[in-house]
Amino acid sequence: MLVDSILNHYPKEKDYVIEILLDVQKEKEDNFISQEEVKKIAYYLDTTESHVCSVLSFYTLLSTKPRGKNIIQVCKDVPCYVRDDFNLLKTVKDFLGVNFNETTTDRIFTLETTACIGCCDEAPVMRINDRVYKNLTKDKAIKILKEYRGNDY
Amino acid sequence: MEQILLSKRFNKIDPYSIKDYLKSNGYQILREALKMKPKEILDEIKLSKIVGRGGAGFPTAIKMAGIKNETDKKYIVCNADEGEPGNFKDRHLMEKDPHSIIEGMIISAYTIGAYHGYIYIRGEYDTAIDIMKNAIEEARNNNFLGKNILQSEFSFNIEVRRGAGAYICGEEFALIESIEGKPGRTRVKPPYPSQAGIFNYPTLINNVETFCNLPIILDMGGKAYAELGSDYISGTKLISLSGNVKKPGLYEVPYGTTIKQVIEELGGGVDQGRNLKMIQLGGACGPIIPRNLIDMDIDNERFEIFDSKMGAGAIIVMDDRFDLFDIIHRNMKFFEHESCGKCMPCREGHRQVVTLIEKFVHYNATEDDLHSLKSLVDVIHETTLCGLGQTSIASILSTMTFFNEDYQRRIEDSKRKSETLW
Ligand SMILES: Cc1cc2nc3c(=O)[nH]c(=O)nc-3n(C[C@H](O)[C@H](O)[C@H](O)COP(=O)(O)O)c2cc1C
Ligand code: FES
Repeated sequence: MLVDSILNHYPKEKDYVIEILLDVQKEKEDNFISQEEVKKIAYYLDTTESHVCSVLSFYTLLSTKPRGKNIIQVCKDVPCYVRDDFNLLKTVKDFLGVNFNETTTDRIFTLETTACIGCCDEAPVMRINDRVYKNLTKDKAIKILKEYRGNDY
Repeated sequence: MEQILLSKRFNKIDPYSIKDYLKSNGYQILREALKMKPKEILDEIKLSKIVGRGGAGFPTAIKMAGIKNETDKKYIVCNADEGEPGNFKDRHLMEKDPHSIIEGMIISAYTIGAYHGYIYIRGEYDTAIDIMKNAIEEARNNNFLGKNILQSEFSFNIEVRRGAGAYICGEEFALIESIEGKPGRTRVKPPYPSQAGIFNYPTLINNVETFCNLPIILDMGGKAYAELGSDYISGTKLISLSGNVKKPGLYEVPYGTTIKQVIEELGGGVDQGRNLKMIQLGGACGPIIPRNLIDMDIDNERFEIFDSKMGAGAIIVMDDRFDLFDIIHRNMKFFEHESCGKCMPCREGHRQVVTLIEKFVHYNATEDDLHSLKSLVDVIHETTLCGLGQTSIASILSTMTFFNEDYQRRIEDSKRKSETLW
């Protein structure tokens, strides 16, 4: 079982709950933490499900709802905004045909926005899963998205 | 104009190789430090007059000396949560010279007698996390970490903890809660972390850049370090320059350098021959200043005139295509989302501020709205529990002073718009 093998990496100490949640979510095709997994984590750490849920719902990178295979986060803060002369968010929206916080019907992408991810020196940027794509232009952004989509067909 | 101390190894060494670090004098200063008495190290830090580089500018030696001594367990935390929009220096330090952070942490730990350390890195910094984990592993394999470091009596370990997308976890107590595996909500102070931090043990929290300065201080001596920089603040500062300049990037300059020098000489001036409209200093929580103030230097003290500081050293340049209220609106949406929700003035206050600023953005603002905005930002500033609300409104407070005409004009234009609509 996926959760069990991750849990075995960690001591049975409550302070590891965020590390565990991040690891579990990362391994999942649908990028979220289920009720079942919350139960297992709580049991392993000898804490309550409600405590695990309170952590899960507080942190933006963690999700309680199923998402797409790839999470796209478009940076919306000022340093990116003032260097974005083609409207990155709209470009991605139009390409995927979804609004932000939505998942494509083929479940390959979920579109989100993010606060600054510390790459403002190479703005505008977006993060897909654990990679940041920098110095984006309209063509570059579309090319990257096509590559991700291509991988799944 | 640049003065290269902190960034001396950038792009010259392989961050994945401890050998490269060792070849460039790495861990030599730790060797020397372990031969000194902790008190002697603290004296050098005191002499250097260094202040924290994470935003608040508190004297580092005072914080270290204030760590409660009566317990066996003490913690050290390196704050690498870097979430303030416009800041990226800590990412560069971690990605380009990870061992200097570790060396600084070990020296601090030895000085205050800490037995365990954490580096709390925001979860979005995937590359930095990977590099830091590798560096810690290599340092451990070479006995710079672990038991009896370099045959001394001193033992110390470091562990990486990841954040999960909450800006507030850069605030000391929110960070401590997060390390304990809880939602990142701040605590009421006092007691301060130096008295009761992680699991209620004394905890020293410093910024990445602060730790990186310690080997430099011990290397040149506190007194020589104090000579660097300006009359107000000693040393050099990493400046995160972003926005509408030709060459955005990370630059290291001595304190005392002016904002104008950074923008024009290092950043190459405003991009595409446009005109400078405004600059935000420190990040989303910093003041917005007009063109005619850029002769000011980057020293923290000077910025206290708007009860706000240079923060962690961001300079965000905006040209005249951008609307002041659009920018403020984006700042405020950020804080509305990032409020931890614990105290009412922050949780509800930012929501109301966003609503009021939206009126200015959409040309629906009245004189009454301006009054409400004024009193609301005062309440947030005065009554919130932690630094988030105390600084978040700096962009409004500062622009009410420096861009008062813009507010007035927007109110008049709003009036005109509503009349033509009739
Ligand atoms: C909302 C908020 C966010 C903060 N974020 C950070 C951060 O990302 N990194 C940091 O070093 N300090 C941050 N700080 C400042 C820390 O609370 C603390 O003052 C700092 O880590 C102390 O280190 P220093 O003395 O080395 O500057 C933040 C403060 C507040 C109020
Ligand atoms: S504002 Fe987009 S990365 Fe900083």
